[in-house]
Amino acid sequence: MYPSRFEYDAPKTLEEAIAILDRSGGEAKVLAGGQSLVPMLKLRFASPERIVDINGIPGLNHVRVDADGTLRIGALVRHEDMENSALLEKSYPTLAGAASLVADPIVRTRGTFVGSVCHADPQGDWAATMIALGGRIVAQGPNGRREIDMRSFVLGPFVTALAFNEIAVEAVIPGAKGTARGGYLKLERRVGDFATASVAVYLDMSGATVNRAGCALAGVGGRTIDANDAISVLNGKQLTDENIAAAAEAVADAADPRTDHRGSADYKRHIVKTFVTRILTGIARTEQKAA
Amino acid sequence: MTSLYEEVTQVPDGVPTRRVTITVNGQKRTVDVEPRLLLAHLIRQGLKLTGTHTGCDTTNCGACTVLFDGRPIKSCTMLAVQADGHKVETVEGMGTASELHPIQEGFKEEHGLQCGFCTPGMMLAAKALLEKNPNPTEDEVRWALSGNLCRCTGYQNIVKAVLWAADKMRDQQA
Ligand SMILES: Cc1cc2nc3c(=O)[nH]c(=O)nc-3n(C[C@H](O)[C@H](O)[C@H](O)COP(=O)(O)OP(=O)(O)OC[C@H]3O[C@@H](n4cnc5c(N)ncnc54)[C@H](O)[C@@H]3O)c2cc1C
Ligand code: FES
Ligand code: FES
Repeated sequence: MYPSRFEYDAPKTLEEAIAILDRSGGEAKVLAGGQSLVPMLKLRFASPERIVDINGIPGLNHVRVDADGTLRIGALVRHEDMENSALLEKSYPTLAGAASLVADPIVRTRGTFVGSVCHADPQGDWAATMIALGGRIVAQGPNGRREIDMRSFVLGPFVTALAFNEIAVEAVIPGAKGTARGGYLKLERRVGDFATASVAVYLDMSGATVNRAGCALAGVGGRTIDANDAISVLNGKQLTDENIAAAAEAVADAADPRTDHRGSADYKRHIVKTFVTRILTGIARTEQKAA
Repeated sequence: MTSLYEEVTQVPDGVPTRRVTITVNGQKRTVDVEPRLLLAHLIRQGLKLTGTHTGCDTTNCGACTVLFDGRPIKSCTMLAVQADGHKVETVEGMGTASELHPIQEGFKEEHGLQCGFCTPGMMLAAKALLEKNPNPTEDEVRWALSGNLCRCTGYQNIVKAVLWAADKMRDQQA
């Protein structure tokens, strides 16, 4: 199949891009990395009248931390920039853990972090990390900017809270009160496959005590599963074997997997439990060594 | 029968096209394209550089890999208009039959191809790797090529070919 006809704009500023979206009254689509949108155009799952390519807009490829510890990821930060970032490697284990597991190395040179969150694929890896980390999306429209909490950003499969004339300009992740720990594990049948099941875990820790635990799952439900409530059994506690087992159980209960060609529902739930245990045990060991 | 490319390039009156200038293998090429034309098809049918293959057309196989400003991309998943003002390198830019690029030599020496369909994509992905990491481990080579599928070789000799080329390129530098 070939994409149906569309008009193409490559604006040089955000304001210009937003004005085009606004004038198109919902018939235009933003093009970022194109690694989901172009395949959808080819399959004609999407046939917008206009494509607004944001790749030429300067000032959108930053990964930086504000003085108060807030992490900011611009709309044109590619998956491979996430993978190569020394900052993430050092201080954001949940993001660093996912970076090399998204798609394949060639898709990663183009696809963007923010675009992936906007695509809202129930199997997308980055949306899961964002929910676990308590992230927000900064949306800019004709009337300025607003921040949307990740927990209310994804409305359903491939549907977000963005208005037709808004662009997601940045992802924002709040800093930890203590030390940020975490991890990301994904079971895939081969490189480049979407998740059979994946687990994002985030812990904000002071010493051996968990201030806040965050968790989200991909591939095991009709949408990204928000397992923050489930893993909150760890809040205020230490990572003992008993607490880890309780958390893994609670998170596995929150999964809503379906049997398909990637595996049975039971199998996927089992993977979730194993992954949560594995990530938490790994963190507990590191803490013990440090103590 | 009209080809996909002809369908997309025989633009009826009133359908807007865009003039784009792309530096392909060091040469500036200016063409008028419909926005929906895929870069892979511009390269193959428009510019007649048929070394770039399209295998799956679904962003999975990497046969269509080219270098875009030096980084590997799947050209079946980029619009030709997006390449306006950018540099594209295809396998034709790597070497000539009489003067092979060390990576091409490596594929020859180590028997890194059978049918050859995946080879251009493999070589460009390998080139991007070696530019960033001139002394990769076997694991790093496998990892860098994991977005490129080969249905013939079992990958073993492709990995050897890239390691062979890495050695040769380091020797040339020294
Ligand atoms: C072979 C293959 C394997 C893949 N495997 C995985 C995988 O394992 N895990 C995974 O998570 N993903 C995977 N992906 C998807 C990939 O990560 C995409 O890059 C990602 O989903 C979309 O990001 P993009 O920048 O390419 O967005 P695009 O394709 O450009 O856009 C996607 C959607 O988001 C909208 N959008 C994008 N950016 C913005 C913005 N700034 N503001 C408003 N709207 C915006 C677009 O309008 C479009 O609707 C895979 C893709 C391929 C082709
Ligand atoms: S043809 Fe482009 S990835 Fe297969
Ligand atoms: S040599 Fe035939 S596909 Fe790789």
